[in-house]
Amino acid sequence: MTRSAKKGPFVEPKLFAKVMNAKQSGNTAPIRTWRRRCTIVPEFVGHTFEIHNGKMFHKVFVTEEMVGHKLGEFSPTRVFRGHSGHRKAEAAAAAGAAPPAAG
Amino acid sequence: MPRIAGIDVPSDKRIVIALTYIYGIGPYRSRQILKEAGIGESIRAKDLSEGDVTKIASIIEREYVVEGQLRRQAQQNIARLRDIGCYRGSRHRRGLPARGQRTRTNARTRKGPKKTVAGKKGVKEMHRG
Repeated sequence: MTRSAKKGPFVEPKLFAKVMNAKQSGNTAPIRTWRRRCTIVPEFVGHTFEIHNGKMFHKVFVTEEMVGHKLGEFSPTRVFRGHSGHRKAEAAAAAGAAPPAAG
Repeated sequence: MPRIAGIDVPSDKRIVIALTYIYGIGPYRSRQILKEAGIGESIRAKDLSEGDVTKIASIIEREYVVEGQLRRQAQQNIARLRDIGCYRGSRHRRGLPARGQRTRTNARTRKGPKKTVAGKKGVKEMHRG
């Protein structure tokens, strides 16, 4: 079920403060965070985040189109390496996995 | 046969039903449109007067996005998800369900016809286990 509109989007207060701080001081260093559940608000646009996926941090540059999504949506937690004995699928997975891994 | 919303030519069915042949109009919207136009639901599409057809067409054009434009809109929404590299986008890219459904079994609408794999166990076999 979708979140009630009266509450507004859920934004981690501490992370939000951090972003505002960085913005004020003109600091463009990536912000490392574990707060995957935080909604991306317009204030985040143009910043780079390093979002934890349980193992490592994915570097994500936030664009205007990402507003309204959660940070976690951009840091995949599972890696699909193809099924065993699936030659064709393995080759396709290797080709398909390379571009998103870079982003 | 009346032409409404571009290429659509609904048949000699009742007009409420005929309108649902337009992509983007279902039973609910169809009734809303007819209510606004002041046309009975049970008139056959072929028996509509020229004026009624124009009336319906203008209401659809004014208030709803249908057919090609709607298809394009849906396509663009998916393309957006793909471009920003979010989870739902990657699911679309792989042709898997995007709303958290299980994929161990089922999900055939997205995955297409079954590709049988030797030695793979389904849910039933696992329970018997």
